[in-house]
Amino acid sequence: MKLQRKNRLRATALGALAVSGALVLTACGSDDNTGGGDTPGNSGKTTAASSIDCGKAKGQLRASGSSAQKNAMDLWVKNYMAACSGVEINYNSSSSGEGIVAFNQGTVGFAGSDSALKPEEVAESKKSCKTGQGINLPMVGGPVAIGYHLEGVDKLTLDAPTLAKIFDTKIKKWNDPAIAKLNEGVDLPDKAIQAFHRSEDSGTTQNLGKYLGAAAPKEWKYEAEKKWPAPGGQAASNSSGIAAQVKQVDGAIGYFELSYAKSQGISTVAIDNGGSAPAEATSENASKAIAAAKVVGTGKDLALELDYATKADGAYPLVLVTYEVVCDTGNKPETLDTVKSFLSYAASDDGQKILTEAGYAPIPAEINAKVRETINGLS
Amino acid sequence: MASTTPIDTPPAPPAPPEQAERPRSTGRAGDKIFLALSRGSGILLLAIMASIAVFLTYRAVIAISKNEGNFLTTFDWNPAGNPPVFGIAVLLFGTVVSSIIAMVIAVPVAVGIALFISHYAPRKLAAPIAYVVDLLAAVPSIVYGIWGALVLVPYLEGLNLWLDQFFGWTYIFDKTEVGVARSLFTVGVLLAIMILPIVTSVSREVFLQVPKMNEEAALALGATRWEVIRLSVLPFGRSGIISASMLGLGRALGETMAVATVLSPSFIISLHVLNPGGGTFAQNIAAKFGEADEFGRDALIASGLVLFVLTLLVNGAARLIIARRKEYSGANA
Repeated sequence: MKLQRKNRLRATALGALAVSGALVLTACGSDDNTGGGDTPGNSGKTTAASSIDCGKAKGQLRASGSSAQKNAMDLWVKNYMAACSGVEINYNSSSSGEGIVAFNQGTVGFAGSDSALKPEEVAESKKSCKTGQGINLPMVGGPVAIGYHLEGVDKLTLDAPTLAKIFDTKIKKWNDPAIAKLNEGVDLPDKAIQAFHRSEDSGTTQNLGKYLGAAAPKEWKYEAEKKWPAPGGQAASNSSGIAAQVKQVDGAIGYFELSYAKSQGISTVAIDNGGSAPAEATSENASKAIAAAKVVGTGKDLALELDYATKADGAYPLVLVTYEVVCDTGNKPETLDTVKSFLSYAASDDGQKILTEAGYAPIPAEINAKVRETINGLS
Repeated sequence: MASTTPIDTPPAPPAPPEQAERPRSTGRAGDKIFLALSRGSGILLLAIMASIAVFLTYRAVIAISKNEGNFLTTFDWNPAGNPPVFGIAVLLFGTVVSSIIAMVIAVPVAVGIALFISHYAPRKLAAPIAYVVDLLAAVPSIVYGIWGALVLVPYLEGLNLWLDQFFGWTYIFDKTEVGVARSLFTVGVLLAIMILPIVTSVSREVFLQVPKMNEEAALALGATRWEVIRLSVLPFGRSGIISASMLGLGRALGETMAVATVLSPSFIISLHVLNPGGGTFAQNIAAKFGEADEFGRDALIASGLVLFVLTLLVNGAARLIIARRKEYSGANA
């Protein structure tokens, strides 16, 4: 097909650019940034920059996928590019589904996804990874916030069965007895609930589905897929699209990675997981739930399984782990060094630490150690 | 490119009748080269079109043969599912309904504007107004989409409530689902604005072509300005208005980005046009293309073919209508 020829052309062009770039750019080592301040836009984040090892990174790296990790990527890319001049990283935040397709077509260096690759996607990835196959590297976790917009109500608690009924448009009014029972003393208005879901294939949707299926199996009978399964409700594209709708519409409820709620000032629902008190959507509470994650991937694949039905005190059960998808071997030579260097920074202590400020939750230490090891071994 | 050598050109398709009366060539080299070149480009164009059609049909057939649902009646789009199920019922419905709404709103308004510019407005005002209306066509559709999502949708809430309250009995304007106005009706309004310039400018050209004799004759008989328009301008311009509308309809059917930005897509067919939900061919292709695998893209191509056929039918109908009326029409726009 023509498209592939174009990509090959582009790849050779990039390769040529990278080679000539390497000749021009002599050693962009870590001693480059000790001076600090010589790169414009380096806004006082030199602490993060100090741990970045640019290695042999060079040229342009394109990545795309999950919009849940967009805000994390923005931070990482900003710091990384401030430290490593001559490297340009473009993360196109669309959706997990789109990222995986782009990865399997070989148009991106790595993809971001909120769901681990499905077996058929792994099989597909063997084409673009020539010698290897796609693997999942859990890079960052986070609570999926249930954002809502209800004039006059700034604290709201819901549980899994109620959430399932709301997103299945079985509960239509905010003053429904099921919601009132969970919110004693809150004056709930007689307004229609407008539930928003993602219009495209989304890993965030799949995580919500997994959670509802695990914690409210009677009320949520749908398969957990990237595609929104229920018939009712309204759709918007990307996490940012849902956040915009929730912010705009009185009576709306939607779901997105917590960082969107933080940056847009959207109120979030506390979830009653059956523990002693409802858990707020915070990085800390999400970490408690993610701590119980188990690696289910084999070999270099580090796909995780989360315990969505956790009843642990203060654990916010509706969490997602978002992965970077790369080839274990057979990564494109022109982007391999940049991918390794950039992901090493993302998985480093500094890279993980800056995320908590943005509303993400770091990956548990032992899993993170495996991720670093795997990144070092990429080829 | 087609070869430029004048020798043994491939056998041309049978020449249309009026060509038979023309001398083939004067025998000079320049003539021969020019003939070969023009014939070659004609054939090349046909070949390209044919190969595109063959390719699209081939991919569409692959997709439809693996489809577990009925391609025409399924209310779902899940080619990546197991088993793959997808159907165009919702898309066809949404495309047709939103386009009809757009036409109902846009055509009368456009004809009014065109009449105003051609017969009512003072000369000094007519040109700037015509220019401003044409400017509407220069706005990129994504900008219309963003404007629609941020301004039009909240703005139409009130109109929706009003329509629901006073015209709910019509069933069409009965709003049964809660939700913001990201509905087929809103899409129709947005499309109406987008097709306004093309319908207006073509109609305007036609109204300016009305023979002065007719108008003056009507005036001499003591007709008022409106009667002149009714007796001479509108009858003369009817086929022009029809072809202008069809041009606009073609645009409305194929509009992609604006619809994708405004509509809340869902696979429901409902005649309650104020409810959020529905979908159109172009919107569905735009929304699903990025994450579609090979097979998913084939399925989208199949839906695109249906849109192609629909557009062909519309254009064919317009040509028929115009062909029935022999006098000048604005169809050559």
